[in-house]
Amino acid sequence: MSRDGAHLSSLDLPVSYIGRSVARPNALRLLAGRGTYVDDVKASRVLHAAFVRNPYAHAKIVAIDVSRAQAIEGVVCVATAEDLKPFCTPWVGVLSHFAGLRSQPQGPLAEGVSFWQGEPVVAVVATSRHIAEDALSEIDVTFEELEPTVDMDAALAPDATPIHAALGNNIAFERRIDVGAVDAGFADAAVVVERDFSFARHTGVSLEPRSILAEFNPADRQLVIHHSSQAPQMMARIAAKHFGLPEHDVRVICKDVGGSFGVKIHIYPDEMAAIALSIKLGRAVKFVADRLESFVSDIHAREHRVRGRLGLSKDGDIVALEIDDRTGIGPYSMYPRTSAVEANQVMNITGGPYRIANYRARARVAFQNKVPTSQYRAVGHPIACAVTEGLIEAAGRKLGIDPFVLRARNVIPDNAYPTVNAIGLKFEGLSHETCLSKLKALMNYDELRRLQARKRAEGVYLGVGIGVFIEITSPGPEFYGVGGAPISAQDGCSVRLDPGGNVVCHTGTTEQGQGTDTIIAQVVASAVGVSLDRVRVVSGDTQAAPYGGGTWASRGAGIGGEAAYQAGFKLKDGVLRLAGIFLQSDPDKLDIADNSIIDRASREPRIPLSELSRIAHFRQDELPKGVSPDLVATHHYTPRNYPFAFTNGVQGSLVEVDVETGFVKLLKHWVVEDCGTPINPLLIEEQVRGGVVQGLGGALYEECLYDERGQLLNGSLAGYLLPMAGEMPDIEIDHAVTPTREGALGAKGAGEAGVAAAPAAVMNAINDALNPFGAEITTMPMTPERILRALGKIN
Amino acid sequence: MSQTPISLIVNGARVSALVEPRLTLADFLRQNLDLTGVHLGCEHGVCGACTMLLNGDIVRGCCVLAVQAHGGEVTTIEGADGDALTRALQSAFHERNALQCGFCSPAMVLTARALLQENPHPTREEIRDHLSGNYCRCTGYQAIVDAVETVSRQLEGAPA
Amino acid sequence: MKNPKFDYERADSVEDAVRLLAAAGPDARVLAGGQSLLPTLAARLSAPSALIDIGGVAALRGVAFNGGVLRIGALTRHSDILRDPLVARHAPLLAEAVHHIAHPAIRNRGTFGGSLALADPAAEWPACVTALDATIVAHGPSGERRIAAADFFQGVYTVDLAENEIIVAVDIPVAAGDDRFAFDEIARRRGDFALAGLAIAWRGGAGGRLRFVFLGVGDRPEPVDLAAETVIGRIAGRRMEDVVGEAVANLSPSADPHVSSEYRLHLARVLCARLLNRVMEGRA
Repeated sequence: MSRDGAHLSSLDLPVSYIGRSVARPNALRLLAGRGTYVDDVKASRVLHAAFVRNPYAHAKIVAIDVSRAQAIEGVVCVATAEDLKPFCTPWVGVLSHFAGLRSQPQGPLAEGVSFWQGEPVVAVVATSRHIAEDALSEIDVTFEELEPTVDMDAALAPDATPIHAALGNNIAFERRIDVGAVDAGFADAAVVVERDFSFARHTGVSLEPRSILAEFNPADRQLVIHHSSQAPQMMARIAAKHFGLPEHDVRVICKDVGGSFGVKIHIYPDEMAAIALSIKLGRAVKFVADRLESFVSDIHAREHRVRGRLGLSKDGDIVALEIDDRTGIGPYSMYPRTSAVEANQVMNITGGPYRIANYRARARVAFQNKVPTSQYRAVGHPIACAVTEGLIEAAGRKLGIDPFVLRARNVIPDNAYPTVNAIGLKFEGLSHETCLSKLKALMNYDELRRLQARKRAEGVYLGVGIGVFIEITSPGPEFYGVGGAPISAQDGCSVRLDPGGNVVCHTGTTEQGQGTDTIIAQVVASAVGVSLDRVRVVSGDTQAAPYGGGTWASRGAGIGGEAAYQAGFKLKDGVLRLAGIFLQSDPDKLDIADNSIIDRASREPRIPLSELSRIAHFRQDELPKGVSPDLVATHHYTPRNYPFAFTNGVQGSLVEVDVETGFVKLLKHWVVEDCGTPINPLLIEEQVRGGVVQGLGGALYEECLYDERGQLLNGSLAGYLLPMAGEMPDIEIDHAVTPTREGALGAKGAGEAGVAAAPAAVMNAINDALNPFGAEITTMPMTPERILRALGKIN
Repeated sequence: MSQTPISLIVNGARVSALVEPRLTLADFLRQNLDLTGVHLGCEHGVCGACTMLLNGDIVRGCCVLAVQAHGGEVTTIEGADGDALTRALQSAFHERNALQCGFCSPAMVLTARALLQENPHPTREEIRDHLSGNYCRCTGYQAIVDAVETVSRQLEGAPA
Repeated sequence: MKNPKFDYERADSVEDAVRLLAAAGPDARVLAGGQSLLPTLAARLSAPSALIDIGGVAALRGVAFNGGVLRIGALTRHSDILRDPLVARHAPLLAEAVHHIAHPAIRNRGTFGGSLALADPAAEWPACVTALDATIVAHGPSGERRIAAADFFQGVYTVDLAENEIIVAVDIPVAAGDDRFAFDEIARRRGDFALAGLAIAWRGGAGGRLRFVFLGVGDRPEPVDLAAETVIGRIAGRRMEDVVGEAVANLSPSADPHVSSEYRLHLARVLCARLLNRVMEGRA
């Protein structure tokens, strides 16, 4: 069997779980209500933190009087920025490879001036959260309200007052791309369409809010953090750095995490304050952001205004594409991943599926007095895809070319790989054509068009829309590490055989419900040759895992999985060497299958794995002297040939628009996706479905509404509309498989694909429905009122 | 604010306590009784993650005060799995992967159970309607609807 | 989002509740279902000095039919109304509207009387009881008082309840043979507060009266009565627009961050036309 780059088929392995839809073993305890989320963790003499938060978008902190609060029974500590300085050094969210990215230092509590409504200003620690909240109202903070800069275009205006005087203006980051001959392309085009797209700020809303339990033990100066997050290793390294502790004295534990979606991958001032307070007090401090706090402190995302222009030849070839993207990111770039990545990815991903020689893009990232934004699932992709697919369909309508025909004509053909596109993105292997034809069949597209025509005659307006996407997965070190971020692109897996013949696997990837633990188990079981129930995966504890990167950018399968696969093979080698010694046989003539050492040729079982392991652990007298059984194996893996493992797919949407009310009924949704070798199709499909609904949420319902004073108007679940079961469609999924040759597993990432094209597909469907009226909408969320206004029906 | 004595049955066992009137039933169960299967997702009655049974009906524990449950009977997910319908739902959710992070799951199971007790053979539309107040960010809901539908087909009288 | 402190008393009768309310002072609040009150406490948007829990007052529960009048006790839960055969038979408007109220778990706690006393402009029950010519029965220090629904709702969260008075029941004239009722609302998602909603009560047949009561598009339910003969005539003459125009004439929806007042008014018109069609075709 080959394991150094050639694609492995499941037939090469005696036992293979690759490609099998197994249910997740660790889901059972969650269904029984026996998960352990951070707020469930018990700690001795734990204290609870709450925060006074700035009620203004922009304000000077003139004075703070905590005396009344300190006097409340049960209040242990009331802290301001000054009180926490001895414990925590400030941070700045910049990375060197985003040339020109600027931000300002931040500490756990605001000092001097506070820059957004929701920024923590004073911390209270008490014996209960109830008492801590009682104390908040006894704290007097005198604010002097300052003029807020709210709208991103106002922030970018030449005469705008800089939010940070030291920076001179409100431009956090700018970047331009200009390849080919864009102006000549537009000049030659038969059809040019230009549109302004607007994407509203929205936010992740994980059901479990951000939660942290920090326990600093002054006796041994060790810090243990239970954290609801995706990247415990990053958190440990950052905590060590900013709290002045040796890295090996910081342990971060992620047990069950109630959803994250990128929200829980950033450094938050209130969480850093909780840690600082634990160190200051020498006691356990717990902070759980309640839902109202979450809306003004969790990262927001996706606030963009994009002007896009597309030129087509008379036959429908894309001859030029241009975008101008403006985005508002709040007053700081988030640490440590920066808030420039989203705009950067919009620029990189727009037009990605297509053969485009002439492309120009400009991004301006602006500071503003709103909640800080940063990476949120499918970072930038939904915007890039909606702009691209929206322009294509607008141009296609003008030329009278069917959407599928137009896409097929312009996508990079399936036989063109590997290839590098005009802006330098390296594509190893994608399957746009295959996915398009599968989608067309899956949707029964021709029949849908006939249905649409019949319904139109009855005055019922159906719309059909599609969206083609590429998706970044499994990034290499050029993504973050090269810029100085303490974020590891590699991942590690350690596997050992226990005395009972079971395989205990420690992985650096983490689980938030997507099934990483399960697929790691499947991969290890397949590599070693044991049954799935004999594998135990341990993850999320920095003290008990080889160093890894955790979960982000859909890297669990491609990177974590590969590390586990190779570790499994190494363990198998060690086991077979021992078996060879014990059985006095050539290891190459042996194999492992069904929890036994077997004769490779005859498949005859020779000795159960449990028996061999028992001997290795307790009966060394039965082995020759000097034999050291090699029953632990570790492998670290980093993708190095391609900066990203791009995946691809297409989505389709069928809607019915009520043209009297503007309401959209989502009748059906389809996805054809290609994530390389699928390890567990069941888990992949549900990740895709979840992503689709998350994308539909941003496209139709979700927006953080601000007034002109920078006040968030809908910061609760009553006012912030999330997609619920009653309005969401069934989603049908099909697959293409283009394995990657980076690594033996051939797996790419799948976690974010659902989000990437859902807004594009549904927007195109709605505009298709509105087409008979000559109406169009390019503002998200596409609320009924906006649709009705597009139809000109409201005076 | 003085404490109020309450006495109620929780998961089949009598519990007596002195509580502040302001304590919600959800917090009482989580903090006083370590029944952490009750989850807090919003604390204002919208997300449904704190769903439990009070006197046989599903309710949102964040919108009930512990003192209001005095004399009543509470069942949380920890006490519900003695019930065949609950176990059938948990099993179907597991097989269908109708959960990811699991934070909404105990509430989803109890809410679905209430539906099937009243309407053993709901349409998919009826399932979606009944679950329409339970937020899930991970699954996109379809798998949950599938799992509930699967259990309904196992119940007596299912249409062929 | 932990509640602020408050004192707590349990009432065991209506008289007891009234006495406790008076003793607790002006910042005390009645606790019935708590589905609207408790979220505001959690957000610390309100801080009552005391809660008087009337949840144990058995006399306030139940639905009774007393020849011509359906009496619904104030503590009757929305879910009770959903299931009660007396309601289905004698006040079908309520049976239809109840499905729009929130979600099952909320309906298992929220009460009829609580919803009426709160008078949220987007709530279903105030519009329905107004459409049904119901009478609110209140009890206070001065004893019992009966208030016509049309007079009861005075503005946003404002009702004609005197200090220390509580709603004990609602008396609803029952549906007669050829009466027709219809309810619908337009909301972004199942269970959300209505952007616009409408209750139509057509009593008395062709010689009777259609009463239109909107919700979500004004600060209180304001009935518009049109003679059935007029309505029938206009619709026969393809002048539905005139009926709609008259029904919505006094609406003054407010704007909020999500929707403009023009859009709400537009929805009210669309809803009115659709619901009127339904009523006319007897599909109510």
